[in-house]
Amino acid sequence: MLEAVNLQCTRGDRRLFSGIAFELQPGELLHLQGHNGSGKTTLMRALCGLVTPTEGEVRWQGRPIRGQRDEYHAELLYLGHKNGIKDDLTGVENLRTACRLAGNPINERQAWEVLERMGLRGHEDLPSRVLSQGQQKRVALARLLVSRARLWLLDEPFVGLDTAAVALLQEVIREHVAGGGLVVLTTHQEVELTSGKVKRLKLGWKRDGDV
Amino acid sequence: MFDSFFAIVARDLLLAMRRRSDVLTTLFFFVIVVSLFPLGIGPELDTLRLIAPGVFWVAALLASMLALEKLFLVDYQDGALEQMLLAPQPLSLLVLGKVVAHWLITGLPLVLLSPLLGLQYDLPGETIGVLVLTLLLGTPALSLIGAIGAALTLGLRGGGVLVSLLVLPLYIPVLIFGAGAVEAESSGLGGIGHLSMLGAIGLTALVAAPLATSAALRVSAE
Repeated sequence: MLEAVNLQCTRGDRRLFSGIAFELQPGELLHLQGHNGSGKTTLMRALCGLVTPTEGEVRWQGRPIRGQRDEYHAELLYLGHKNGIKDDLTGVENLRTACRLAGNPINERQAWEVLERMGLRGHEDLPSRVLSQGQQKRVALARLLVSRARLWLLDEPFVGLDTAAVALLQEVIREHVAGGGLVVLTTHQEVELTSGKVKRLKLGWKRDGDV
Repeated sequence: MFDSFFAIVARDLLLAMRRRSDVLTTLFFFVIVVSLFPLGIGPELDTLRLIAPGVFWVAALLASMLALEKLFLVDYQDGALEQMLLAPQPLSLLVLGKVVAHWLITGLPLVLLSPLLGLQYDLPGETIGVLVLTLLLGTPALSLIGAIGAALTLGLRGGGVLVSLLVLPLYIPVLIFGAGAVEAESSGLGGIGHLSMLGAIGLTALVAAPLATSAALRVSAE
């Protein structure tokens, strides 16, 4: 399904990683690990096509993603470090705009329900700029609950969330994998899966004594 | 497919409603620049009538320039641009949505206000009509061409100055034919040729600029 073939990325003159290869099938979760600066985020961005790898390619259903951008993006949900939510829009407006752009419009009532499930009851119609960091993250993550995408690329999804939200997100990811979805995530938190398979990929290397 | 286009237009108009000061700065800039000339030159009506088309067009160019910097910057900073790049629709369509919203916010008010400002220059009714028509045809082209520059300089330090250096030379044809149409019309030569050229520039920009802007955005966001 999702395949990385001999990926190499460089930043300036420095090689971040090379020779990355893996394959991910429906019902599998790939856990990217590595120290700060090992290129986890760059690999994520290369997987969704935001960054062009210097060598190798990413394939979706056996074909390079370059040649099928719109089809691939329809199957893809990427959440990066930046939430992609607008400060001046409310949670409901943010969620509805994001869903509409992803080609999966939802109505006002659905948006309210989803935000309530994300633990944002009473904050749905406040501009996002008055929400806390964690609440803004919840607004962004609410997209997962209504998404029809099969492949989720989540870059540090647990950062800034409280324990209740972490548990909820773990539950959502579990459901997605159990339903035949694919997940790639970078995190320092473990996600316990009840079904499906967890793969691990370690980026970067360190000598003894390095911090 | 066009739903995503309308989604972007609606979102950007809503954001502009919430943050009116950004809209008003551009408009007031235009009003002030245009009003400074009669004050500086004095009540010399013949001179004023002569320079009016040039002044209006240069002011429109600068006002459009001023608003360009923010066109993609906020989206870039809060991550909305990444999501646009990953949307399952052609990026050029979303870019066109952003440019249309940008023109409705910064270009259209300026066009609508120009008849009033034209009175300061003692312009006759017909000339004001032609002036408004040229601005209506020309300002969308300015937004479209400017979007390429804004996309190219995205995320660069000192992008604001760089964008002016990049884009202002590209604005020159619009300036020449825009101001030229008004002058030709008021001198009795008929400005239809200039207007056609202005329309042609606009149509070319409409086709080519969203594609070029999309390509530039993909590079800048990397």
